[in-house]
Amino acid sequence: MKPINEAAISFLSRSANEGFARTAAACFAAQLDPTLDEVNDIKTAVSEAVTNAIVHAYPDRLGKVSLRLRLFEDGVLEIVVKDWGVGIEDVEKARQPLYTTGSEERSGMGFTIMESFMDALRVRSAPGKGTTVTMRRRISRRYSGGGR
Amino acid sequence: MSVTCTGEDRNLRLTVSGEVDHHGARAIMQELDRQVDAGLPRRLTLDLSGVTFMDSSGIAVLLRAYRRMAELGGALTVANVPPQALKVLRAAGLERIIRFE
Ligand SMILES: Nc1ncnc2c1ncn2[C@@H]1O[C@H](COP(=O)(O)OP(=O)(O)OP(=O)(O)O)[C@@H](O)[C@H]1O
Ligand SMILES: [Mg+2]
Repeated sequence: MKPINEAAISFLSRSANEGFARTAAACFAAQLDPTLDEVNDIKTAVSEAVTNAIVHAYPDRLGKVSLRLRLFEDGVLEIVVKDWGVGIEDVEKARQPLYTTGSEERSGMGFTIMESFMDALRVRSAPGKGTTVTMRRRISRRYSGGGR
Repeated sequence: MSVTCTGEDRNLRLTVSGEVDHHGARAIMQELDRQVDAGLPRRLTLDLSGVTFMDSSGIAVLLRAYRRMAELGGALTVANVPPQALKVLRAAGLERIIRFE
């Protein structure tokens, strides 16, 4: 299926960009006229994926993180967060609740939150190459405005 | 992001405002540690009424507060949790461990 709209940004893995990324995603989603709860779910899931790229993918250097947003005819928003960092050895294990390789500032709940806030979550990763997190969420259409 | 502190008689109330994400969480944890070390509270209330956004970084902040209070033999209460933050904390199962009011 072809997207009806698409936007992408990329940024350095600085923590200040966490707020930027989730706000950008919320602004893009606004064209679907989402509810406040839906906007908050999108912001939360984007924050988790982007924070993982910033914290885990580049533990001792700055690297590039990209966020791509696509909107489909049926009201599905697709969010793709990609990094070119250390990658994940065992994705299935990493997705388990409470699993973390981080410090005590992490709780191992990021993937669990993404999963419960989105309709679908896919994680592709290769050690030394990087990680791609794809999330989908359907936004119920309440209003169809003009524009093209 | 800001943390303000009120309280007396080893009853500490920390009011957190702003976005509790990875970018802001470390400063909140440091302030929490500072206040707990200085006040040695018997009861700590974390008031989240001013929190405009929270992600999993906030879970670690709350668990740290919980652990610090357990070490002191005191009690932690988390108050005025906004809906977005509550959804995150619930997804993590925190209500089974921490008292919300
Ligand atoms: N982009 C990534 N690059 C490398 N490793 C990752 C990446 N994303 C996640 N991981 C690995 O997967 C683990 C689980 O991630 P998850 O987000 O569930 O928990 P966390 O980030 O450790 O803690 P929390 O999200 O609760 O702060 C991480 O500890 C890390 O080992
Ligand atoms: Mg995480």
